[in-house]
Amino acid sequence: MAEIVLDKVSKRYPDGALAVSEVSIDIADGEFIILVGPSGCGKSTTLNMVAGLEDISSGELRIDGERVNEKAPKDRDIAMVFQSYALYPHMSVRENMAFPLRLAKVDDATVNRKVNEAAEILDLTAHLDRKPANLSGGQRQRVAMGRAIVRNPKAFLMDEPLSNLDAKLRVQMRTSVSKLQKQLGTTTLYVTHDQTEAMTLGDRVVVLRGGHVQQIGSPQHLYDNPANLFVAGFIGSPSMNFFPGQIAEGSVRSPLGTVPLPDRLKDAVQAGSGQRDVIVGIRPEHFEDASLMDDASRERGGLVTVKVDVLESMGSDAYAHFTVEQSEAIESAELAELAADSGRTDTGSDTGFTARLSAATTARAGEPIELWFDTDKLQLFDPSSGKNLVSVE
Amino acid sequence: MAILQSPAGKKTAWTLVDIFVIVYALFPVLWILSLSLKSSETLADKSFFPTDISFEHYETIFSADVSLFIRPLINSIGISVIATLIAVVFGTMAAYAIARLDFPGKRALVGVSLLIAMFPQISLISPLFEMERALGLFDTWPGLILPFVTFALPLAIYTLSAFFREIPWELEKAAKMDGATPGQAFRKVIAPLAAPGVFTTAILVFIFCWNDFLFAISLTSTENARTVPAALAFFTGASQFETPTGSLSAAAVIITIPIIVFVLFFQRRIVAGLTSGAVKG
Repeated sequence: MAEIVLDKVSKRYPDGALAVSEVSIDIADGEFIILVGPSGCGKSTTLNMVAGLEDISSGELRIDGERVNEKAPKDRDIAMVFQSYALYPHMSVRENMAFPLRLAKVDDATVNRKVNEAAEILDLTAHLDRKPANLSGGQRQRVAMGRAIVRNPKAFLMDEPLSNLDAKLRVQMRTSVSKLQKQLGTTTLYVTHDQTEAMTLGDRVVVLRGGHVQQIGSPQHLYDNPANLFVAGFIGSPSMNFFPGQIAEGSVRSPLGTVPLPDRLKDAVQAGSGQRDVIVGIRPEHFEDASLMDDASRERGGLVTVKVDVLESMGSDAYAHFTVEQSEAIESAELAELAADSGRTDTGSDTGFTARLSAATTARAGEPIELWFDTDKLQLFDPSSGKNLVSVE
Repeated sequence: MAILQSPAGKKTAWTLVDIFVIVYALFPVLWILSLSLKSSETLADKSFFPTDISFEHYETIFSADVSLFIRPLINSIGISVIATLIAVVFGTMAAYAIARLDFPGKRALVGVSLLIAMFPQISLISPLFEMERALGLFDTWPGLILPFVTFALPLAIYTLSAFFREIPWELEKAAKMDGATPGQAFRKVIAPLAAPGVFTTAILVFIFCWNDFLFAISLTSTENARTVPAALAFFTGASQFETPTGSLSAAAVIITIPIIVFVLFFQRRIVAGLTSGAVKG
């Protein structure tokens, strides 16, 4: 049990590349923190620095108030679960889990008791004498977890522990990781590139991009109040739609039409007088089929008629993919990076927009439909800096 | 070629190919074995199978003067085993460093070791001869062990670093996180996984040392350090007009035995090591 403080921690490689830049995170005792970002954002480097597997170039890392920059991994008393699980292939499951205890020179009786306890928790009792090669992916993953929990470390570090599992197992393991962390109450730092894992697992989420912290907050806070275009585009699935727009006289003009700004936004953007360019963001779930809305609710939002290109019915709801006429495309480094990371630039469909509609929608592919959208949920971003105009910290 | 398409036909075809290869490779060995078992009178009878099996040549080489065969055999075993041990221990450490660490001069080190392996040994014989005589190493065990290790080490480093590269680095990181010192991580995690590689290398190095003739003939002068391949050259017949064919054959068979034992002994371990389990997947 420990609190971990990263105080302006940076990592600069000998070739001059800055992998992590002044990352400051205060992790409370027992907290579950997720480090999330696209590949190459420095999240694994940050984790390795906390682990002690990589040196910290500048800044300070404190565990329980004590500076540990210079300490070797074995003296930091933290356990790590690797993406590849890194099980020792020449040892049985029991020996794998006992390994940290044996190194700590714990007596045999205690080793046996602790390994059996951990095996019980992770449902591995039947497999203790098998070799890792004979286990399934999920079982190996649990052995890796078991090796981490046997010695009650101060903290767990997890480096994409679920990414080698197939989709169904990943969802199951996600739940059990969460349960296990609550049960043990151990401070956990978890690295993932999967925004769903970030949203569902963490107490707080740290979004990283290019070695810089973009935003730290609870999953819901990040979803409702993204600090900038990058966080807005990264958090949420399917991701937020962005349109170019202008603000003038208390309303916003965009390819969705001209709609009055809700009060929340009006106050925030009042400072800049006259007309100004913005990027308008709206999440797919804040659209709805207008014909399904009652008049009172319709009043509260804007209406736009679009042509549906593709309709994906999920049973519970339907995703309508559409395009709109727009005078200029948005140019933003953040969005370009997100698109590249998700592979959208390869599929050439980055001009598409998505709306999540009720399953009862009458929309059909190739036909126009009137969409309602919740103006209250609009997000406005500065086109040059990418910052959210409404900054709620 | 329809018969080759069916599974049974394929199997037969492969069996025939295998038999051909084995016979081709083993025929000279069998011939030597046959010669060594023939009595002196029937040595030149031109039949492949000895008419009467006799062990007289084996008796001859073991009952003759100790310096003829027994002493060289002891030299061969001692020198080869010591050279193999040294080469494998240093090779393991060097290969580990080359596979894992980034240090200045790494490329140069690999390049130089490759250069040594490629260097024609014959061109070094005269300088080595002079140097060893000056240093008092000529005709001693260290005098042979040293060049053996020199030429076996690049081989060891090459084979072993390939094995080390196969071992996922994350295992070592995991060991460190589990509380191991670098030494413990190497001993308890890396070394057991590299064992098949170490045994393979040991076999190769041992065979290299065991078979060497060039250094053995040039850097020894007496039974003090002369190994079997060199000693065979000094075999003489009963008279100067007689070739010691029988004795040579018997000695050749004897010195093949350690190699076979060595390979059979370690083969188990190599196979066991290779099948002990993948890391992920």
